[in-house]
Amino acid sequence: MYGDMPNTIHVDVVSAEASIYSGEAEFIVLPGEAGELGIYPKHTPLITRIKPGSVRIKPVGGGDEELVFVAGGILEVQPEVVTVLADTAIRGRDLDEAKATEALKAAEEARRRATDKQEVATVEAELASLAAQLAAIRKLRQRK
Amino acid sequence: MKIRSVQNTRKITKAMEMVAASKMRKAQERMRHARPYGEKIRNVAAHISHANPEYRHPFLVERDTVKGVGMIVITTDKGLCGALNTNLLRLALGKYKEWEAQGEKMEVCAIGGKGLGFMQRLGAKVVSHVVQLGDRPQMDKLIGAVKVMLDGYTQDRFDRLLLFYTRFINTMKQEPVMEQLLPLSGERLGSPASHWDYIYEPEAKAVLEQVLTRYIEAIIFQAVAENMSSEQSARMVAMKSASDNAETLIDELTLVYNKNRQAGITKEISEIVGGAAAV
Repeated sequence: MYGDMPNTIHVDVVSAEASIYSGEAEFIVLPGEAGELGIYPKHTPLITRIKPGSVRIKPVGGGDEELVFVAGGILEVQPEVVTVLADTAIRGRDLDEAKATEALKAAEEARRRATDKQEVATVEAELASLAAQLAAIRKLRQRK
Repeated sequence: MKIRSVQNTRKITKAMEMVAASKMRKAQERMRHARPYGEKIRNVAAHISHANPEYRHPFLVERDTVKGVGMIVITTDKGLCGALNTNLLRLALGKYKEWEAQGEKMEVCAIGGKGLGFMQRLGAKVVSHVVQLGDRPQMDKLIGAVKVMLDGYTQDRFDRLLLFYTRFINTMKQEPVMEQLLPLSGERLGSPASHWDYIYEPEAKAVLEQVLTRYIEAIIFQAVAENMSSEQSARMVAMKSASDNAETLIDELTLVYNKNRQAGITKEISEIVGGAAAV
């Protein structure tokens, strides 16, 4: 197909948490944002976002096809290297937004609880001082 | 018996030391696993921003006025790890007071229970937090809290975003550090390792937006992973010295115990001898 050019491409699938796959391949298929992408060695340099789906890697030597599920991410293609920067979780504007709102709510909750605790502490302190006053008054009365 | 109780304490500290040692190895491994992603994404981000110099993403633009500061403070959830959190919070507190004196507004994101408690006691505005991370850092748990801070920056609630965490140097040494996340400095991004004319799908801007967000997240994730390694090794060292202290204490107590026992025996013998002499 390409004459005497090396007919393999190095594939790395990495995520923030771990390195998922690394090896030589003859051909790979990915779920690109604009549709399925098939990549052979010597592909034009390309950077694109990918959708959640599976990455199919055909390893050198015609072994079994490797299937790696990715939750979306970014694909970088160079003529001899393909890098998939996989997200560790399904992401999306709405999902991220929801997570952010959740985080904000949790923070508010925690803040309220903290102020609650402070209030409880102030009330307790007041109670203690009142009780002390009461005890002092009683003692005074007994002395009379 | 006092010796017995110290012996029990030593057993516990010894066990915690071993647990921390094995967790430390795993945490270090995780820290290493997280590196390639950060490296690659940094490279891609550098690429795009170099290839498109006319487009300046808000994350890359240095702002003239600094009215507010966002702080992400990473601490541990659990204690018993020496002065790790204390040192970090001291650094964060120093900066906090400094900015407060300059009249800047602060927003805090606390990752880890110790920092959350501390910041709340301080009366800081904690806009997001993550606790109970466990032994394995998970991106999923961080996304929401981090997005709150990134939004805070894009919505001009603050003009700088700083990250506080404990850097892992080696088993014996960990160091509290402060790093600037946003605006992202050009030198931090570096220049790309190679030059390719990429095709972008969709257009470069949208890709850059996502790449930069992922890059910031990767830095934070890396910091969390590093903080965990620091935590485990600090705990291991703290527990080792606690075990050693218990050991010394046991030795001393055993000495006292044996002396007393010997004194008792000597007394008894002398009484018997005395008694026998009197008969």
